[in-house]
Amino acid sequence: MHEHDIIVVGAGGAGLRAAIAAHEAGADVAMVTKLHPVRSHTGAAEGGINAALREGDSWEDHAYDTVKGADYLADAPAAETLCQDSPADTIQLEHWGMPFSRDDDGRVSQRPFGGLSFPRTTYAGAETGHHLLHTMYEQVVKRGITVHDEWHVTDVAVTDEDDPSERSCHGVTAYDIRTGEVEGFLANDGVILATGGMGQVFDHTTNAVANTGDGVAMAYRAGVPMEDMEFIQFHPTTLPSTGVLISEGVRGEGGILYNSDGERLMFEYGYATNDGELASRDVVARAELTEVNEGRGFEDEYVMLDMRHLGEERIMDRLENILHLAEDFEGVDGLEEPMPVKPGQHYAMGGIEVNEHGETCIDGLYAAGECACVSVHGGNRLGGNALPELIVFGKRAGYHAAGRDLGEPKIKTGYGEDSEPGELDSPVELGEPGSAETAADGGTSTGDADPESVVERELETQRARVEELLETEDGVNHAEVRSAVQETMTENVNVFREEDGLKDALRDIRTARERYQDVSVSDTSRTYNTDLIHTMETRNILDIAEALTMGALAREEFRGAHWRAEHQERKDDEWLKHTMVSWNDGSPELWYRPVILEGESKTYEPKVRSY
Amino acid sequence: MSTQTPDESETESESEGFSPGEKRRQVRDEAREAREEAEAAEESTPEGDTVPLKVFRYDPEIPEKQEPRFDEFRVPREPGMTVLDALMYARDHFDSSLTFRHSCRQAVCGSDALFINGSQRLGCQTQIQDLDNEPVRIEPLPHQDVVKDLVVDMEHFYEQMETVEPYFDPDETPEDELEEQFQTPENREHVKMSTRCIWCGACMSSCNIAAGDNKYLGPAAINKAYRFYMDEREGEQKQEERMEVIAENHGVWRCQTQFSCTNVCPKDIPLTEHIQELKREAVKDNLKFW
Repeated sequence: MHEHDIIVVGAGGAGLRAAIAAHEAGADVAMVTKLHPVRSHTGAAEGGINAALREGDSWEDHAYDTVKGADYLADAPAAETLCQDSPADTIQLEHWGMPFSRDDDGRVSQRPFGGLSFPRTTYAGAETGHHLLHTMYEQVVKRGITVHDEWHVTDVAVTDEDDPSERSCHGVTAYDIRTGEVEGFLANDGVILATGGMGQVFDHTTNAVANTGDGVAMAYRAGVPMEDMEFIQFHPTTLPSTGVLISEGVRGEGGILYNSDGERLMFEYGYATNDGELASRDVVARAELTEVNEGRGFEDEYVMLDMRHLGEERIMDRLENILHLAEDFEGVDGLEEPMPVKPGQHYAMGGIEVNEHGETCIDGLYAAGECACVSVHGGNRLGGNALPELIVFGKRAGYHAAGRDLGEPKIKTGYGEDSEPGELDSPVELGEPGSAETAADGGTSTGDADPESVVERELETQRARVEELLETEDGVNHAEVRSAVQETMTENVNVFREEDGLKDALRDIRTARERYQDVSVSDTSRTYNTDLIHTMETRNILDIAEALTMGALAREEFRGAHWRAEHQERKDDEWLKHTMVSWNDGSPELWYRPVILEGESKTYEPKVRSY
Repeated sequence: MSTQTPDESETESESEGFSPGEKRRQVRDEAREAREEAEAAEESTPEGDTVPLKVFRYDPEIPEKQEPRFDEFRVPREPGMTVLDALMYARDHFDSSLTFRHSCRQAVCGSDALFINGSQRLGCQTQIQDLDNEPVRIEPLPHQDVVKDLVVDMEHFYEQMETVEPYFDPDETPEDELEEQFQTPENREHVKMSTRCIWCGACMSSCNIAAGDNKYLGPAAINKAYRFYMDEREGEQKQEERMEVIAENHGVWRCQTQFSCTNVCPKDIPLTEHIQELKREAVKDNLKFW
């Protein structure tokens, strides 16, 4: 069995930053990741990092923009922590050599982004994520931090007390993709989940094939509540054929959107008469789909994004990468023609419930980055706020797990005194099929067991599971189950959501769950068996899709990215609260926790969100 | 084959009371249905419109795959289809044991460098319609050990990257946590192309020298060294250390300027030029002592 102080699961932006921080605080850290670190999807982020660096800007303004952008569903202490820490953490990247774009005076450049009151998006061309990822991996190499790459973490090793808040996490089990061995990793001080997004729950997404939400699903099954899962950001500018992202930087630099009548839609139809193309992402995504639905789209599918007027010099300087993407993946020359764009799944605002130190309600289990929900982004994330989240909360989780005192957290975790139970009118049974009889559980042993045996027990379970998957013959192929889920999610739980559609989605997910009971892996090899990996990932997709749809059906209002046909208003009296879903040993349970709008020195009063 | 379009008067009477958008959609849907029917009719012919792939297969522990072989797959041709799309289709519909690395699908993760029709390319960045020959021949990267099917062992590549100390290491950094180091836009531009490397390994696989000399740093690692050596924020002390690594026996001088690395780089990094520039720096560095 491997043994370290801290195990970081995932090696994208949040994981790398957590590992560096924990190492700096003196811990023995190991990273376990199903991809080599430089393959992580942080590398695909384009736009930039919001940080109040300049005179005339302040963290307070950044926090105000963030809470407003979130449609008042962000917790103020989370948003304020992000905005306070981001300037120093961004400059830290500069000190590590990150090649930011530069102004003439040699300082790092910043540009305007949607929903921001100051041009505070710090960037490196239109490939900021690539540089952030590589810069931090370089620092991991410099520090000699152990990286187990191409090891797929199959589960967390957690004790099984009845109340999840009394459980503790002692490590993980992981499958060595190269050899087919399952091994245990004992973590003396903590496990930090940094597994990124869950875009593969949908079939049109900017996310990588690897973004299957593994950490979210593992934490969920271990008893950590999922928070605000229904809030999914659909990015307004993705290429129609592949979902490849066209950065908001294009609109930040002055790119315009028009419909098939040649009208500048954001202004012509009143979607955002002040900010136009630079309104918040949810606003622009709905505007585009409304245009298409009303017959003013191109090929009944997309609108056009035009940047030709910016001129070749400016495009080459600041948006060159966009030219390559449009050419390689849509066959369009952005210097000569407008680019077709449509909304695509891009980012999960919700995720694993944590506080501002990255702690979950399970002792020793942390989460940071897109898989986590602090919650900074609430109902809608602002462009340029994801990368600072990775570095700020990755760092904080790393420090805290390694024993640094970060003070008393203001955000609570787990079902508590302020929580209220919820009810859901689901057309089908939810959760693990047959869970009523077997009481399947994320936990593996009783609370007084020693840490090593907790990991041992989980290891036995996971080894048996791998054997079973490999030995079952002529079962259902995971690809069939996965695409059924992805299709119903894109059909029914997309930008526009209706009650009947959401119920259909729950039915389809139920059917897929039942099909998954008979899943098998046809590749019998132990060597680099991606068939097996994808089969295990599909289980995670099922659990996440269900929790997400539960939240979407429960939330009967229109807030941020969550739009409901039957409920066309934001209902602050009733819904200034987070949607929580707990796995509850296989019978998912819905509950709520109030949002915190009291900041350090002011309260964020909900206002009408117009751009 | 039916290419019948809906009768206009019929469409009008049917769509009374619909918005213009709904009308347009209806017309389009019908046209699309007709098109799809036509396509389905075509597909049912023996040839169909499919792309033939010849894919390298090998698995060290499956008896029938221990001897490397090529399998042929025919996948439905779609406009804009990439080699990666075709491989994924073949895997998801015909043989789920078909194994290859891939993740981002947009040429930034560097997972899917393959040997396609005889040259190193990213599967996701290669459009089938841009290839000259069919069947499309897909093999793992040459000069690396094959783990299984199209997956190669990248360890040697990673080791060479690490040899050049691939991290920024200035003599000193500002004490104030909010104080940035300055860099001129010109210097940033100078290193820009070198910072685009995605560690895909295409260059190393294409290099004859690297194939014959396992110790040769190779184009990607030298480019990484270049990225820091040329960055004005790093100090002279570190520059000297870097020059030692760059100019040693298996460093820049092994390059014979064949440009194969530059030709295959999916990010258009002028690798050979960078190596040449470092050779000039090495010469200058040598002259300093005279």
